[in-house]
Amino acid sequence: MCGNMFRAVFRLSASGARSLTRSRPCYSAPLASRCYSHGKVETDEEFDSRWVTYFSKPDLDAWELRKGMNTLIGYDLVPEPKILDSALRACRRLNDLASAIRILEAVKDKAGPHKDIYPYLIQELKPTLTELGISTPEELGIDKL
Amino acid sequence: MLATRALSLIGKRAISTSVCVRGGHGVAKVEDYALPNLSAEQKSLKEKEKGSWVALSNEEKIALYRISFKQSFAEMNQGSGEWKSVVGGIFFFIGFTGLVVLWQRKYVYGPVPHTFEEEYKEKELQRMLDMRMGPVQGFSAHWDYENKQWKK
Repeated sequence: MCGNMFRAVFRLSASGARSLTRSRPCYSAPLASRCYSHGKVETDEEFDSRWVTYFSKPDLDAWELRKGMNTLIGYDLVPEPKILDSALRACRRLNDLASAIRILEAVKDKAGPHKDIYPYLIQELKPTLTELGISTPEELGIDKL
Repeated sequence: MLATRALSLIGKRAISTSVCVRGGHGVAKVEDYALPNLSAEQKSLKEKEKGSWVALSNEEKIALYRISFKQSFAEMNQGSGEWKSVVGGIFFFIGFTGLVVLWQRKYVYGPVPHTFEEEYKEKELQRMLDMRMGPVQGFSAHWDYENKQWKK
């Protein structure tokens, strides 16, 4: 139930607060939506799975991890837990704990004034964090000065 | 070319031409994209990082973080007290300007015209009423000509 409430990607633009509780209709065809370009509109699910696939590449290198994360953080949204899970596992494959902690700091920063997003993400990622041994910035005390 | 060969320690990857390996200047500094020179302790920690992260203590995790990142998000985003200096400076210079203006009034400007004198002003006002300036809604409309006073 709680998972359904936060379904799909969190949009941080002006209508952000409203979209957190909005239930999403299933997209069968994009014709019903108002397109301002001729291209097909990518659904939230397609966006998420594209990014999960990106970070799941077995031989992802450090540059591609950084590039992917910087691009993802540049978007006007907080990434879904499944994307972050994939990115954290990529950090594990690259033996890069610092980047894993940095990713958690970055998504907290992305949430901005929406203070309830980050605890939700940590809650969803807790199994992965415990499995891989990634400490949150709060546990390490670097979230404070 | 020799420099790039020598710096193959950085990795098997070819050094891109945008990173000037000889200079610390430029947009893409090599220090921003490669690990810094590590002490022996840091090197052994990096080796330990290849194993399970559960085995790392909090101090070790923080040390690994600091190798890669100079400042945490909290440190990076912290404000400074600079605004107080700026506001203080603004007030100071406004005050200084006030002093300059006072000095100017005393030492630069000559006397005001005689038309500002009290006696002249009274005559001016009387003249305005005599010629009925603004009789409907303006000036003279507020003067009671019978009782020779301003209307209440």
